[in-house]
Amino acid sequence: MSAAKGMIIKMYDAVIIGAGVIGAMTARELSKYNMSICVLERSNDAAAGASRANSGIVHAGFDAKPKTLKARFNVEGSEMMPQIAEELGVPYRQNGSLVLGYNDDDRKILELLYRQGQENGVRGLEILGGEELRKLETAVSRSAVCALHAPTGGIICPYELTVAALGSAMDNGAEFLRNFEVSEILEDKDSLTIYASDGRSVKARYAVNAAGVYSDKIARMVGDDSFSIHPRRGEYLLLDKDCGGIVDHTIFKVPTKKGKGILVSPTADGNLLLGPTAEEQEERDNTDTTAAGLNDIIAQINEEAEGVPVRAVITSFAGLRAAADTGDFIIRPYKTRMVHAAGIESPGLSASPAIAVRIAELLFELGLKTEKRADFKAERKSYYWFRRLGAEEKDAYIKDHPDFGKIVCRCETVSEGEILEAIRREPKALDLDAVKRRTRSGMGRCQGGFCSPRIVELLAREQGIPIERVTKSGGGSYLNICRTKGGGQA
Amino acid sequence: MNREQIDLIIVGGGPAGLAAAVAAYDSGVRDMLVLERDVNTGGILQQCIHNGFGLHRFGKELTGPEYAWEYERMAAERNIPIRCGTTVLNVSPDKVVTAVNSDGVSRIEAKAVVLAMGCRERSRGALNIPGSRPSGIFTAGTAQKYVNCMGYLPGREVVILGSGDIGLIMARRMTLEGAKVKAVCEIMPYSGGLARNIRQCLDDFDIPLKLRHTVTAVHGRERLTGVTISETDEYRRPIPGTEEYISCDTLLLSVGLIPENELSKGAGISLDPITGGAVVDEKRQTSCPGIFACGNVLHVHDLVDFVSEEAALAGKSAAEYISGGLDEGAPLDLKPDGKIRYTIPQRIASRDEDVKVYFRVDNIYKNVKIKVINGDKTIFAKKLAAAAPGEMESLTLTGAQLAECGDAKLEFVLEAG
Ligand SMILES: Cc1cc2nc3c(=O)[nH]c(=O)nc-3n(C[C@H](O)[C@H](O)[C@H](O)COP(=O)(O)OP(=O)(O)OC[C@H]3O[C@@H](n4cnc5c(N)ncnc54)[C@H](O)[C@@H]3O)c2cc1C
Repeated sequence: MSAAKGMIIKMYDAVIIGAGVIGAMTARELSKYNMSICVLERSNDAAAGASRANSGIVHAGFDAKPKTLKARFNVEGSEMMPQIAEELGVPYRQNGSLVLGYNDDDRKILELLYRQGQENGVRGLEILGGEELRKLETAVSRSAVCALHAPTGGIICPYELTVAALGSAMDNGAEFLRNFEVSEILEDKDSLTIYASDGRSVKARYAVNAAGVYSDKIARMVGDDSFSIHPRRGEYLLLDKDCGGIVDHTIFKVPTKKGKGILVSPTADGNLLLGPTAEEQEERDNTDTTAAGLNDIIAQINEEAEGVPVRAVITSFAGLRAAADTGDFIIRPYKTRMVHAAGIESPGLSASPAIAVRIAELLFELGLKTEKRADFKAERKSYYWFRRLGAEEKDAYIKDHPDFGKIVCRCETVSEGEILEAIRREPKALDLDAVKRRTRSGMGRCQGGFCSPRIVELLAREQGIPIERVTKSGGGSYLNICRTKGGGQA
Repeated sequence: MNREQIDLIIVGGGPAGLAAAVAAYDSGVRDMLVLERDVNTGGILQQCIHNGFGLHRFGKELTGPEYAWEYERMAAERNIPIRCGTTVLNVSPDKVVTAVNSDGVSRIEAKAVVLAMGCRERSRGALNIPGSRPSGIFTAGTAQKYVNCMGYLPGREVVILGSGDIGLIMARRMTLEGAKVKAVCEIMPYSGGLARNIRQCLDDFDIPLKLRHTVTAVHGRERLTGVTISETDEYRRPIPGTEEYISCDTLLLSVGLIPENELSKGAGISLDPITGGAVVDEKRQTSCPGIFACGNVLHVHDLVDFVSEEAALAGKSAAEYISGGLDEGAPLDLKPDGKIRYTIPQRIASRDEDVKVYFRVDNIYKNVKIKVINGDKTIFAKKLAAAAPGEMESLTLTGAQLAECGDAKLEFVLEAG
């Protein structure tokens, strides 16, 4: 900590630890008020944890046990999602979800879910017989005989939502410190001093613990050992856009003790998503995929949908659920200066807008004094604004902005102008994966084979760094080692 | 928006597009335009700075860029207009081409279109290799671009998965740059690359080629730290207990090329599930009249010389189409037996002339016979001392043989002997 001695440490009204969807949504909610806000993130970009790799389902809210925080915030959050997605310019679609049943026992479980959903306040639920089911969704497995239909279920891209929420907070004045791994928190009488492992520090009148799988570690730093987090890994397969139309709804099987099981769903971006598995593990940063996990998914898909061409896989990935030992979300203050948002496993994405509002309330209850600003800007320009223009409008825009006519990513048709905008606009994309998360370049079937060299050049040029310093995802994830023998003269 | 009418649009300015343009010009087309998304023509040849190109076409060994220059020169001599930095976004079935570049969006009505978009490399995701997602995993072509076009070395200790030609070439290239290539793993019992590349790129540098091996896990959080490789059985499944860890900072993938047919799909053109390219007739016309395809977008070639030959045919056919259409006789469908994986063309539309049929086999064969059967008659037979999936074969059916065919189906069969 000596590095910080003698230096003036900046004080914020609220410091949020973790730039996942919870931290980002909270920052945006707080930026509606007159106050200084800083978001701390250990990685090189927002959405580095569970908010990068999950199912992207905005759950209707029938799965959670009534009276739990999960149930309350899921239903509230999913009701808020359409408007927030619209304001943030993030594609969201209410495609509805189906839980399939295969026999009479399953039908009983579906009826239970139906009643649970009613009690939680979910609108529009209905139980369908086999025929109605197939009318609604032709590709469902022939073995399904009944289903619970939840028309308010939706899909959204979780990392686009997270980045956009943080961007909106930043548009409204919030600050974002990256590669800031909180390692120690000291409390004095009117603030917390929060230290990063590299010696940097900030002061906070109030702090929010939204550190995902690390939230129990953050709690320990302020002396709270009342809960612990047990990561549970979920692996996925993502299929080519050609397959995005195979199903229209998000399809689950009846849940078992192990959880909601494997789903088949279109994504908000038009791909087809299969997964997740559920495997307990100790490590908090191991998001490896495994042959067993991926095979498990493939083995189960036919029970849900017919004609899924597993050959069309374009990538696989895994995310860690931050499951708390309490089984529910932990959203509560600890002593006088910190609010925890811990154990935010599924349906945390769906619940995030409502959790953010609740965290703000809890901060006010702790004594944070502020008032709403008149100049809060709710709307944020979508990363997709250019793509959505018609041919004539594009043509007119390119006349003044020629970079938008240079296509860099062939598979997703992303122009240099859009990539530069992602690199320049807050939260700035500083690495290849960050550009990909904002623009979808490299997300298509060639997985960046063609476009990544050009994006690497743009990242180097815009940041004024040599090509060898450009990374895939921050830290030591360099893409090139050095110049070639003749490269110096190239 | 810029609206134009042009007789012939050629999509792609790689070796196929340029050769098609030159041939169309020489067959009388004057009003034409080549659209190329890169800032230069030449396509993938620009980064293939090794030699071995042009032996068939020009009778001498050229490097990739030199081969491209030959065609760029021919196109320049004919004043063929080429628009670079221009990406075609859509081709409609009635041959309206929408393209974008830094001047804006253009809509071009064409009388004929030649598709020559090339191919892309299969990525890691398509292979489903489990493990972490560190940096340091590249397709061989991406690494080739970093090294040869940008002048950067992507890694020092390398494992290569797949013994396709680009992988073999990159094994040598990385070695010459001072990197250590520890192994080339190939899941099949034979390499899919050209025999000469195995000799010149691996054997000459003592790089081990591990046949029947694949990468079963990748390791490393930020940058790749190593891979696990395993032996595979006859069904290409990893054999438990054969795992071997190799430390490396780079994994290059050379596991196949896939024709880039997004535009063809958009135009509603029928595709061949085996080649991944369009179904074409002997003129290289697709199922969409007036739209032709050639080069790696049609099927993956191992030698550019054959790309040029095919493209010249497509360009000449497009010219015939523009000046009055192509005759359709009683068409013949070519049916490979599976041992013969595919044929190009898949269809013969007119039986007036000799047709050269290209094909690839599915395995390594010695002393086999290829037969072409129509109804109960064998109209053609030829012995092959050896055949391998890595090398394209061809045979010529004469107009006389075709004229004899009573049945609409031509079966291509590979037999022992
Ligand atoms: C497999 C899977 C499927 C899911 N499916 C769904 C779904 O379909 N629908 C749904 O609603 N929810 C789903 N969820 C849940 C949802 O993803 C999470 O609830 C949500 O993303 C949690 O957000 P978060 O901000 O709490 O955590 P995270 O996104 O993990 O964010 C925590 C952030 O804190 C940072 N951090 C950690 N420690 C420190 C430190 N010491 N200093 C600074 N920064 C730190 C991390 O780097 C990270 O960026 C799923 C989760 C998983 C894993």
